[in-house]
Amino acid sequence: MPILSLALKSLLNRRFTVGLMLISIALSVALLLGVERLRTESRSSFANTISGTDLVVGARSGAINLLLYSVFRIGDATNNISWKSYQAFAAHRLVEWTIPISLGDSHRGYRVMGTSGDYFRHYRYAGTRPLAFRQGQAFEQVYEAVLGAEVADKLGYRLGQEIVVAHGAGKTSFNRHDDKPFTVSGILKPTGTPVDRTVHIPLAGIEAIHVDWVQGRQVPGVRIDAEAALEKDLTPKAITAFLVGLKSKIATFRVQREINDYRREPLQAILPGVALQQLWDLMSVAENALLIISGLVVAVGLAGMLTVMLAGLNERRREMAILRSVGARPLHILTLITGESLALSLLGSGLGLFLLYATLLLVRPVIEARFGLHLSIDLPSLREYIMLGLVNASGVLIGLIPGYRAYRYSLADGMNIRI
Amino acid sequence: MPAGDTPAAIQIRDLRFRWRPGLAEVLAIPRFQVARGEHLFIRGASGSGKSTLLSLLAGVNAPSAGEIRVLDQPLHRLSGVQRDHFRADHIGFVFQLFNLIPYLSVLENVTLPCRFSKLRTRRATAAGHSLDSEARRLLAHLEMNSDELIHRRVTELSVGQQQRVATARALIGAPEILIADEPTSALDSDLRENFIRLLFQECAATGSTLLFVSHDRQLEGLFGHHVAMDELNRTGRGG
Ligand SMILES: Nc1ncnc2c1ncn2[C@@H]1O[C@H](COP(=O)(O)OP(=O)(O)OP(=O)(O)O)[C@@H](O)[C@H]1O
Ligand SMILES: [Mg+2]
Repeated sequence: MPILSLALKSLLNRRFTVGLMLISIALSVALLLGVERLRTESRSSFANTISGTDLVVGARSGAINLLLYSVFRIGDATNNISWKSYQAFAAHRLVEWTIPISLGDSHRGYRVMGTSGDYFRHYRYAGTRPLAFRQGQAFEQVYEAVLGAEVADKLGYRLGQEIVVAHGAGKTSFNRHDDKPFTVSGILKPTGTPVDRTVHIPLAGIEAIHVDWVQGRQVPGVRIDAEAALEKDLTPKAITAFLVGLKSKIATFRVQREINDYRREPLQAILPGVALQQLWDLMSVAENALLIISGLVVAVGLAGMLTVMLAGLNERRREMAILRSVGARPLHILTLITGESLALSLLGSGLGLFLLYATLLLVRPVIEARFGLHLSIDLPSLREYIMLGLVNASGVLIGLIPGYRAYRYSLADGMNIRI
Repeated sequence: MPAGDTPAAIQIRDLRFRWRPGLAEVLAIPRFQVARGEHLFIRGASGSGKSTLLSLLAGVNAPSAGEIRVLDQPLHRLSGVQRDHFRADHIGFVFQLFNLIPYLSVLENVTLPCRFSKLRTRRATAAGHSLDSEARRLLAHLEMNSDELIHRRVTELSVGQQQRVATARALIGAPEILIADEPTSALDSDLRENFIRLLFQECAATGSTLLFVSHDRQLEGLFGHHVAMDELNRTGRGG
C-alpha cells in the first residue's frame, strides 16, 4: 500500500504534535490498563485472603457476616458455638484439620484472635502460601502472642515485649486485662491479608484473661492473678468459629450438610470461595466506577487526537489535491487520514503498555513490601487485549470523521489547489 | 495503451458541466479537439473555467453531459475509480504553486506518480535503470543536477526549483498528456521562458501532448497552437 508509507512519512514530518498526541494516548492507555491490573490484582488478592480452607463454620447468621468476622475480622459474631460441637467436628472422620477461632478482644485497635498452633501449620493464603515467621516462633505458653506484620510495624513491637489485651473491639477500651500481659513470641511476615492486622494468642490465653469474668464483665471483688489462672482448667467453653480442612474436596458438600443439619446446636458452614465471591460482588460498584473513569480518560485522549486532526485538515487540502493529481483515489485519501489515526492509536497503545510495565517493575517492590499486594508482571490478559482492541477500534472510528471530511474535500476540490 | 496512431489526443463533443445541480453552468463546449504531440496554449480570464476544463480532461470530475475522449478513452463512460487509474497512468500535472508534498524528499516527490501507476513505473524503468536514477536524469535535464539540491527539503527550494521538481514529477514514466495549470505565474520573466523551453524539450522527447494554461499573453508566442476560453466555451451566450 503506497498510501501507508505516505501516512507514516507525514506523521514523521509532524513529529512534535504527533509526539504530544502519542504521549496523551499512551498515558491514558497506561492508566486504563493500570486500573484494570490493580482491579484484578486486588480482586485476586482478596480471593487469596484465605485458601486451602474447605469450610468456615460459625453460629447461624449469614454467609457474608460469618466470612467478615471470621476471616476479615470485621464486625462481630452474633453467637458463639460450643466447644463440644467444635470437638465433634474436629474428630470427624472426613476432617483433616481444624483451626478454632475465638474473637472479642483487641489490642490498641487491632483484633485479638485466640487460636491453636494448627493455625500456623494449616492456614493458607494466595493459593498455597503458608504463614511464615519474620522473627521468633509460634506461641507455646499461655501468655504468649504472635503479631501480624502490620501490628508489629505500626506499633513498633519487638520480640519479648509485653502487651496488654483489652476487652471489646474499641481503640480505647477501659476494660483492660492489664493484670495478665502477653509476651511477643513471634512476628509474621506480611501476607497482604487481615492476618497482618491480627494479634494471635492461644485459646487458653483467652480463657485465662476471662477466668474472673462472667458474661463479659469482671466479677466485682474476685481477682485471680496470672499465675493462679494457670492452675484453672483453661479449656474454652465456646469459640467464635472454626476453619475446616477436609481429607478430600469431594466430601465438602456432604460435611457442609452435616454441619448445617447438626441437631445439638444451630451451626452454619460456608464455602469461603463462594462467600468471597458474593462479598466482592457487593463492592463491584466502586470497582466499575473506577474503570469507567479510566475509560473516560481514554475517550478524552482520543477526542484530543480528533481535534488535532480536524484542525490540521485544512492545511492538508493542498497535499490531498496533489495526491489526487497523481492518481490517488478518494479512497486513498480516506485511508491516508484514517490510517494515521490507526497508526497513532496502535503506537499509543504500544507505548502505553510499555509505560505500564515500566511502572509495574518500578513500584512492584514498594507495593509488595508496604501492602503485601503481589503485582504479577504477566503478559496482557485476554480482557486487556480486548480493551486495547477497543481503544484501537475507537481510534479508527474517530479517524473516520476527519477521513470522511478529507474525502469530501478531495472530491469537491478536485485538483484545484486551494488556500 | 489506446491505439497509438489516432491523431487526436483529446476530443470533446457537446460537453456541459456545472459544479452542483443548483449552480450555473461553467462549461458548455460543443466541439474541441487536440492532436497528439501538440503544444497548446489555453488562455482565458480568471474564472472562465480553465481549471475546471483541465479537471474534466484529467477525469477528476465527470461531465454533466456530453462526451470527452482522451487518448480514445471515453472518460464520460468510465467510473470514478477507472478515471483515477487512467489519470495515474496517462496524465502528468504541474500546478501554479506549491506543487510538492512537504514531507517527501525531492526524489520521492518526483517518483510519486509511480506509486499509483504500474504502467508509469514500467515505462520509467524500461531503460533498465532504477526509478531514482530516472528521477535524477529528469531533474538533470531540468538543470537540477546538484546533489546538494536534491537532498534539500522541498520546502527549502526556490519557487523556480520547486516548479522544476514538479515538472520532473509530471514527466516521469512518460505520460501521454502533460497538463500545466499556470505553472509560470510565480516565476519572473527570464525564468519563465527558460522553464517553458525545458518543458517543450521534454515533451518533444517523450512525444507528450502539452496543455498549457495561462492568462499571460506574453507566453502565447512561444506556442504553436493557442485557444481562448471564450471561443471554446458557449456559456452565457444564449447557446
Ligand atoms: N469546487 C467548486 N465548486 C463550485 N464552483 C466552483 C468550484 N471551483 C470553481 N468553481 C467555479 O467555477 C468557475 C470556473 O472556475 P475555474 O477555477 O475553472 O476558473 P479558472 O479559469 O481556472 O480561473 P483562474 O484563472 O482564476 O484560475 C468559477 O466561477 C468558480 O467560481
Ligand atoms: Mg485556475
